[in-house]
Amino acid sequence: MSDTQTGLREWLLTDTPHSRLQARLSALYHGWLSFRSNSLAMFGLSILVFLLLMAAFAPLIAPHDPFTQDLGNRLKPLGTESHLLGTDSLGRDILSRLIYGSRITLYIVTLVALIAPLAGLLVGTIAGYAGGWIDVALMRITDIFLAFPRLVLALAFVAALGAGIENAVLAISLTAWPPYARIARAETLTIRNSDFISAVRLQGAGPVRIITKHIWPLCISSLIVRVTLDMAGIILAAAGLGFLGLGAQPPSPEWGAMISEGRRFILDHWWVATVPGLAIFTVSLAFNLLGDGLRDVLDPKDSK
Amino acid sequence: MSALSFEDLNIWFGEGRDRVDAVKHATFEVARGESFGLVGESGSGKSTIMRALTGLVPHCSGRMAVNDQPLGRKRDKTFYKTVQMVFQDPYASLHPRQSVDQILSETLRLHGFRDIDPRIEKLLDDVGLGPAFRFRYPHQLSGGQRQRVAIARALAPEPSILLLDEPTSALDVSVQAEILNLLTDLRAEHDLTFLMVSHDLAVVAHMCERIAVMQAGEIVEVLSVEEMRAMTPSHPYTKQLLEASLGYSRSEVEAVV
Amino acid sequence: MTELLDVKNLWVRFPTRKGVFDAVRGVSFKLGRERLGIVGESGSGKSMTGRAILRLIRAPGEVEADYIKLDGEDLLSKSEADMRKIRGDRISMVMQDPKFSLNPVMTIGEQLMEAYRLHSKGGKAEARKRALEMLEAVSIRDPERVMRAYPHEVSGGMGQRIMIAMMLIPDPDLLIADEPTSALDVSVQGQVLEIMDKLVRDRGMGLIFISHDLNLVSQFCDRVLIMYAGRVVETCDADKLHEAKHPYTRGLLNSLPRFDAPQKRLEVLQRDPAWAEAESVGPDA
Repeated sequence: MSDTQTGLREWLLTDTPHSRLQARLSALYHGWLSFRSNSLAMFGLSILVFLLLMAAFAPLIAPHDPFTQDLGNRLKPLGTESHLLGTDSLGRDILSRLIYGSRITLYIVTLVALIAPLAGLLVGTIAGYAGGWIDVALMRITDIFLAFPRLVLALAFVAALGAGIENAVLAISLTAWPPYARIARAETLTIRNSDFISAVRLQGAGPVRIITKHIWPLCISSLIVRVTLDMAGIILAAAGLGFLGLGAQPPSPEWGAMISEGRRFILDHWWVATVPGLAIFTVSLAFNLLGDGLRDVLDPKDSK
Repeated sequence: MSALSFEDLNIWFGEGRDRVDAVKHATFEVARGESFGLVGESGSGKSTIMRALTGLVPHCSGRMAVNDQPLGRKRDKTFYKTVQMVFQDPYASLHPRQSVDQILSETLRLHGFRDIDPRIEKLLDDVGLGPAFRFRYPHQLSGGQRQRVAIARALAPEPSILLLDEPTSALDVSVQAEILNLLTDLRAEHDLTFLMVSHDLAVVAHMCERIAVMQAGEIVEVLSVEEMRAMTPSHPYTKQLLEASLGYSRSEVEAVV
Repeated sequence: MTELLDVKNLWVRFPTRKGVFDAVRGVSFKLGRERLGIVGESGSGKSMTGRAILRLIRAPGEVEADYIKLDGEDLLSKSEADMRKIRGDRISMVMQDPKFSLNPVMTIGEQLMEAYRLHSKGGKAEARKRALEMLEAVSIRDPERVMRAYPHEVSGGMGQRIMIAMMLIPDPDLLIADEPTSALDVSVQGQVLEIMDKLVRDRGMGLIFISHDLNLVSQFCDRVLIMYAGRVVETCDADKLHEAKHPYTRGLLNSLPRFDAPQKRLEVLQRDPAWAEAESVGPDA
């Protein structure tokens, strides 16, 4: 067993790969090795894996139904029997709501993390590569979006589109893409003039191929890093919209909405708002740690 | 028959007040099968001529022709199949995230080749790299090996003209010898025409038959390699450049002090 | 000859994933008030040797040696604070590209004057006077104007001369120049070398000249160390470099294209693994 293990390790660490597959896996394994040596990033990753498992197996883990009200048991403190994290103003089990709420959090985060950077990447690389009036037009639009306070713009969108998680996601994405466009454009400007781009141009490659096959792979790593660092902000924006009553609607166990509900009792029953707050804090921190670790691994300037 | 001809070529950057003339009234021809060198100090415009030929500079005027076919504003597929370029810095001319295999197969695909696998093997063999290098990434290669990959990429479309932009100035001297020998062999095997830019007169003298000397955007003199070796240039700047290149001599300094 | 610098059994090590990498292995040499050239190819450890003398190797790299003596004082036993005083005061270093060594948002005059005031107590007027003197010493014709210029406003050769001027302000005993002219054009190269040459003679400074250019080193230096794979494989008088014995040195010399005579093919260096294994050549001076 250990023989095949060291064999596999050597196969992955080789400097002379013999097939496309081996070359790819070897590059991934090298990245994983340097990521693993960063213990804080590993800590962040393990929190996120835990969150993922929690969301996937929510019905199995949660001790209660998150929507069942029990008015006789309302506002029970932490450590109450069968309600480890207490109950809220309608007697619902906070732990169960937290567990189900992780699904909503992950849903929002995934959607925003897909939409915003992709939109930014598209706008930024096109602006950067094309230059001229296209660049000017696209970047001024970006500036307009950047100039609005994020939450206010999201509020306006939600107000126009109606409250709800999907619209909250859309609103957050619409306000989150401009920084990605800026980063992608800056990266494109430096990559555009490099010799390897000149070399593919001399092979007769057109702009679409150059942008998608040669520029994107180099921009994506810095965007991934930026996304993970922004994740905390996205979760907080979603929670903020939830808190203002414009995101997830009751009785949905979205963490921000939970804080909003608990706010009324914060002086006498602090845990109702604090526990989901701590959950948001932990996940945001985890994403930040992960982002820091990924930056070290993915930054093309350091990968020598 | 000339492989390359330049007539009254002007290249400038910027417009209006910011206009900088990088190349002024350059006129020369490179015969088919010839190896032609462009020398001069940095900023003399020698690399810029090469970039203009490949369409990589924004503003130029004058006439350029490849194999007696005049070039228009746009370069077409036939141009890229005829003229290829090897860049100065092998650390910058290979995409950092693409393996040798990806780089070569994309190039071959762009030029419409179908039999990609055997061609990649042949190319790697041609430039003295074995099949073992096929799936490596640039960071797993030394400078000389990278430059070989860049040469393989340039050879992929089977061009007849190769532009060499200081192909060895980023390399160690022992590796430089290997690369220069490789280029010499490839030129004989594939009947290539070379246009080479370098600041190293010894390298140019080794590789080229005729040499154009540039100063501040102008070609001051075109001379044969024999004239250069014999140190019999007609223009004073060429003489000055030749003397400076031959090295640092203490006696001169002592004479000054 | 009094020894300015005496290095014995210098090692520079870098831990990597695949074990410890020895960048410099057991190098010993002595330096008087002369121009010592260190030549070798990239990765031969020549730059690392220069940096190790100044203890500028960053962690996780490690420097080890029996001793590195400057005028009899062992630099390895100095505290980091003492080392800071020695760097600049007694040993200066000129890097390859002046663009990266000068601060882009300060004028050249400010940087020169700061360099002076870091090392001596003199006032502003004194600093200014000294800065102007130094610029004149490196043959800059209009020092007043250059003092007011920002680094991007001067050419590469001028930038390198300014770097040398800055390094000379504290009047060091030893100058380490790491490829100081390889980013410059040949005509400018000559001027910069001339200035360094003059300073060695007039001030009795020691110079370590690190370069990959064999011809240049043989023309410019007094003595040459040839490094390969972290070891000194040969040391000889610079003007006898072309009669060098070691097959590596011979190979390097033969692989250069010759200007005076045409060759069909260039000789290719055949590397012998035994070169890397052999002991470093000690100081024979």
